[in-house]
Amino acid sequence: MAHMTVDDVRRILVECAGVDDSIDINGDISDRPFDELGYDSLALMESAAQIKQEFGVVVPDDELVEAETPRALIDLVNGLVTEAAAA
Amino acid sequence: MTSKDGLNDVNGRNARTVITGIGITAPNGLGTEAFWKAVLAGHTGIAPVTRFDASRYAASLAGQIDDFDAAEHLGSRLLPQTDPSTRLALVAADWALTDAGVSPDTLPDYDMGVVTSNALGGFDFTHREFDKLWSKGPDFVSVYESFAWFYAVNTGQISIRHKLRGPSAALVGEQAGGLDALGHARRTIRRGTPLVVAGGVDSALDPWGYVSQLAGGRVTTATDPARAYLPFSADASGYVPGEGGAILVTEDEASARERGVQQIYGELAGYAATFDPAPGSGRPPALRRAAEAALADAGLAPGDIDVVFADGAGVPELDAAEAEAISAVFGAGAVPVTAPKALTGRLYSGGGPLDVATALLSIRDGVIPPTPTGAPVPEAYGLDLVQGAPRDRRVRTALVLARGRHGFNSAVVVRGA
Repeated sequence: MAHMTVDDVRRILVECAGVDDSIDINGDISDRPFDELGYDSLALMESAAQIKQEFGVVVPDDELVEAETPRALIDLVNGLVTEAAAA
Repeated sequence: MTSKDGLNDVNGRNARTVITGIGITAPNGLGTEAFWKAVLAGHTGIAPVTRFDASRYAASLAGQIDDFDAAEHLGSRLLPQTDPSTRLALVAADWALTDAGVSPDTLPDYDMGVVTSNALGGFDFTHREFDKLWSKGPDFVSVYESFAWFYAVNTGQISIRHKLRGPSAALVGEQAGGLDALGHARRTIRRGTPLVVAGGVDSALDPWGYVSQLAGGRVTTATDPARAYLPFSADASGYVPGEGGAILVTEDEASARERGVQQIYGELAGYAATFDPAPGSGRPPALRRAAEAALADAGLAPGDIDVVFADGAGVPELDAAEAEAISAVFGAGAVPVTAPKALTGRLYSGGGPLDVATALLSIRDGVIPPTPTGAPVPEAYGLDLVQGAPRDRRVRTALVLARGRHGFNSAVVVRGA
């Protein structure tokens, strides 16, 4: 199964939750907090179904909302992908 | 004199609540002036349903808002989380606040509240999510369903968008609820919040929402848009459901003047609500009491009222009951009565606030818009129903009536500033 990249995070968030017109989410957003990017915990939860479809892993809600940046989310998802591959 | 709810403002005065901004989304006009022009010209927003194939439904008409593109007005963060009713409410609120010259820094955020009414919730949004649930499974149901369906969501979304953090509420009372929202806005202002955004918007014109409205049994099966919703007509056969409504900016008059408000449309001078007795009790419906109590609350006598904007159910026995109540309060044929909602269909929570907005425009321009049915009114109703052309006449005061299914009656009196 594929691993998640920061472009995947950006694309999925925009698809699932839209984008705040006043915020530029282009460029390297890996370490910018989600709230600064205009996304709250609901936006992340809305993205979880798409993540499951694309990456084949279920991210538990309580762990998902702990992810404060795209990098943290990528680490979380890819950790689960690696775990699933090893199982 | 104390107000009916016994509440004076923080300074102990029975302060006046005024309307300083209007935002309208209606089937026959987006924006205040487009709507008002359509109303005076008799342009209807009622047409065959086009949003889905209604050919196998018992009814076929609706007051659809066809020229509204939500993406033109709202950012893409809001689109995935809002039902059409909320999109219309958000845009109406934007327009009302702009009209009133209010921005987030006009007053401290906790001095501005939101009170809206909603009767139908988010049918269209929920319909789509149910479809995903059944066809794809629970993982595909949007997390935004958690609030997008909800009666209070318009209050919440307007509050978030404009940083209005004062006391806020949502009221549900079918078609009467929109007037209750205005009454509660005035109560909130008298309790010390200087500005409250208030009104109502509804929309449920997806296949499930539409059939749910038909299930109520009062929607007409007539197919000619011009002959379908005929309040107070001998040919009345039910109503046509519509979507939209109005959001108003209501303010403490002193506070509004202090901030240099650009216009005051009028005063929210009286409000009352009553509830009908249980069916079979033999006691009369309570609409008359609501009208009388609203007049008393405004300190006005029936002879002081220049026009009545009627509920106009378009169902013969309900029209007869309303005509009887109006005649009992004013005397037969003693006050002009109108129901321009025949051009929009019934808008549920949006109906009352839109009628209040229309009444304020009547006051502004000295003209009573007609009831566009052109059909004869039964003599027994004893109504001076304004029909045909608009009636030029100085309008100082208006009584707005609304009834909600299962017993709600509400009345608002507005008076020129």
